[in-house]
Amino acid sequence: MDTMATIKQTFFQECEEQLAELESGLLAMNEGFADPETVNAVFRAVHSIKGGAGAFRLDDLVRFAHIFETVLDQIRIGHLAPAPEIMKISLRAADVLADLVAAARDGERLDEAKWLPVLEECRALSDIPESERGDAAGGIAAAPDFQPVRANFDDIDAPAAPDRAQRIFTIHFKPKRELYGNANESVLLLRELARLGRMTVACDATALPLLGELDADGAYFAWTIELATTRDEAEIREVFEFVEGDCELSIDCVAAPPQQDVAALIRRVQAEMGAPSASAASPSHQAPANAGAPLRLVASAEASQDRPAAKADAAKDEIAPSSATIRVAFDRVDRLINLVGELVINQAMLSQRIVEAGFASGSAVIVGLDELQQLTREIQESVMAIRAQPVKSLFQRMSRIVREVADATGKSARLKTEGEAAEIDKTVVERLADPLTHLIRNAIGHGLETPQQRAARGKPPEGTVRLSATHRSGRVIIEVSDDGGGIDRARVREVAIRRGLIAEEAQLTDSEIDNLIFLPGFSTVATLSNISGRGVGMDVVKRSILALGGRIAIVSEPGKGSTFTMSLPLTLAVLDGMVVSTSGQTLVVPLTAIVETLRPRSGDVHALGMDAQVLAIRGSFVPLIDVGQALGFRSAPADPLTSVVILIETEGRARNALLVDAIQDQRQVVIKSLEANYRHVPDIAAATILGDGRVALILDVDALVARSRGIVAQADLQFAEAG
Amino acid sequence: MSEMNTAPTLNSVELMAFRIGSQEFCVDIVSVREIRGWTPATALPHSPDFVRGVINLRGVVLPIVDLAARLGLACVEPTSRHVIIVAQVGKQVVGLLVDAVSEILTVSDDMVQPTPDVASEMAKTFVRGVLAINERMISLIALDEILPKTLRDAA
Repeated sequence: MDTMATIKQTFFQECEEQLAELESGLLAMNEGFADPETVNAVFRAVHSIKGGAGAFRLDDLVRFAHIFETVLDQIRIGHLAPAPEIMKISLRAADVLADLVAAARDGERLDEAKWLPVLEECRALSDIPESERGDAAGGIAAAPDFQPVRANFDDIDAPAAPDRAQRIFTIHFKPKRELYGNANESVLLLRELARLGRMTVACDATALPLLGELDADGAYFAWTIELATTRDEAEIREVFEFVEGDCELSIDCVAAPPQQDVAALIRRVQAEMGAPSASAASPSHQAPANAGAPLRLVASAEASQDRPAAKADAAKDEIAPSSATIRVAFDRVDRLINLVGELVINQAMLSQRIVEAGFASGSAVIVGLDELQQLTREIQESVMAIRAQPVKSLFQRMSRIVREVADATGKSARLKTEGEAAEIDKTVVERLADPLTHLIRNAIGHGLETPQQRAARGKPPEGTVRLSATHRSGRVIIEVSDDGGGIDRARVREVAIRRGLIAEEAQLTDSEIDNLIFLPGFSTVATLSNISGRGVGMDVVKRSILALGGRIAIVSEPGKGSTFTMSLPLTLAVLDGMVVSTSGQTLVVPLTAIVETLRPRSGDVHALGMDAQVLAIRGSFVPLIDVGQALGFRSAPADPLTSVVILIETEGRARNALLVDAIQDQRQVVIKSLEANYRHVPDIAAATILGDGRVALILDVDALVARSRGIVAQADLQFAEAG
Repeated sequence: MSEMNTAPTLNSVELMAFRIGSQEFCVDIVSVREIRGWTPATALPHSPDFVRGVINLRGVVLPIVDLAARLGLACVEPTSRHVIIVAQVGKQVVGLLVDAVSEILTVSDDMVQPTPDVASEMAKTFVRGVLAINERMISLIALDEILPKTLRDAA
């Protein structure tokens, strides 16, 4: 039972991968990249899901996958062209397939109303009468009529072929123990084989040892099968697809038929020649002047006889790269990361002790220590890399959201993605799914206009949502942008006033108005639709991004669209920081926020208002925040002239000056959660452990700056109440 | 046999007793993970005064609750003779700063008397019951009652 559950779990993990493969393939086809490799990959994905589902008796899934597979097969062999309508149905079918897999994984049955209509659509596609296929496929692939083609074969002395010719194959099949170890079963394979035709099976039990020497997990039987079938070798091999490499298999055609399987050959030839040239074989070109076409067919047909073997080899090559990866339980990686984190801290402590012991800088101990430090850092980076994952899977999920929301809102939208290969920590990827989904829903629900409005504004009726990921100075930048109407600032302002988020007479810049949408309690839509609303506002998006150590900003241009920019750390485990001290406390300031550090001169610091101070830097004035005072470590501000200023840049490119007593060091620190055993502390992002073994707090620069400004402080207050 | 049958009906519990000032308290020993000496804590900003800060417990960031301050007793600056009781409270691990750990008591459930009805808020909130042992009174602290709530409400 347990083993079965594990295998099933593996199956569903593989399903995830296959579904991702399927989706990316279909999207590529939708963009017009329907090369045979892509089409084959798509077909294989559905085929594998069907195969696995059959083994677990997931009947709904098998039933749907089978029909879907047929459609894809039709595309593969060139009977259907990957025209937009057909790709649309295929994409929808892929969504349904994903739902069915999800339902099966949770041990539920998907409501038939959700998948039967799509099933019927697919069935309609795959069952269209031959004569209509050309039309259904957008008139690209004209299917041939078999009759005249056969007549042409007569002309070149090929014997008239009956519909399907029988051949006799001798198959030697000897499973290895791995085959059983991977939960395959010979009898099921033989049974599958029996479906292909008439067969006689002889079992070779000569390898069977005496009972005493019998290994319960061993594989001792081999079978010789005589199969009379109309199928070709490739189809027989397909039966053994999942046990390839786990058995010795040879397939020989002992009695070649007097005539070739013409229908199958022609189909394959057409697929090879591509859809447009296939029309050359259509009935209208029957005139003797075109006699060259059938001849060419035959030539390719002969050439293609050695294809099955080549195809099997190709299949092996394609499988090979995936075997270079291993599946590891996530908690094992996490444990390793924690241990390496400890190692880094320990190494730092050791360094400090050795420095304290007063060794000369050139001494062997210090040199060895430097090497150790480098090694530790390398180990740490390698371990972090294990957790890194391309954002591709995340982006792919979004294309489905785009389709669904566009359908539900009657808008036309397409998703363009860039930088899918960018890698981030798996946890970040996972926790990004919800905010990103929300942003995409928002972009379509609120951002994009209806096709009519767009046409009136002289825009293409189909809106574009762009999703991009780029690496920039140790962080990953994810952007969601739309080419819609942009933020309606007058309305946002009005709502903010009505909700009491800002004072009526408040003077706000455009950017400040745009940022109002991130305030808790702000929602421009009166009734929460289940499209962009879902009961959560942009404040939740912002909060989840902040919780990931990220930042989010919005830039909007009326009539042209909005862009949300998220800057995220590559990992949640380490951070480059500047170690500073203030009021006897040691703090870490994240390096990403720091622009420069300086010592203020007398005359640089000016008082403004009752208790605020600003610092003059190269002609401009920036707010000066005494960190020790802001955190409540001291009541009176420090003397700026004996302190150090750290100039920081927060979201929205606002600059602020932080006043600390001294800068101690700049280093990479391991991030430790404060929430695990305590709770979130305002102005503090997390904790870390320094070389002396003491805990130091990592400053949340954005929160600190935000709190020192009136308007957002109020928002924070509401945060606390809501949380 | 009959004697043995009656014994298990009284659930016996093990309690760890400790001292704060002149008063004695105890907690269920099941919650206690370890006991360690006082090390200076890193102060947390915007925190209630009974939270002394955080310390490093083998790579884990451990918040330290000054139990004296929490219970409204006289507060003293901790010295190296003070003790931290590392306790599991729900899913969190918390360090409790106390003066000294005194002993381990094995008592039966019925020895825990209801908290006498006094005016002290502290007693009503944090003391689950009292035990009379050798003419001493030991208050049983309800860890799971007071700690998670106070830590979260402290915002």
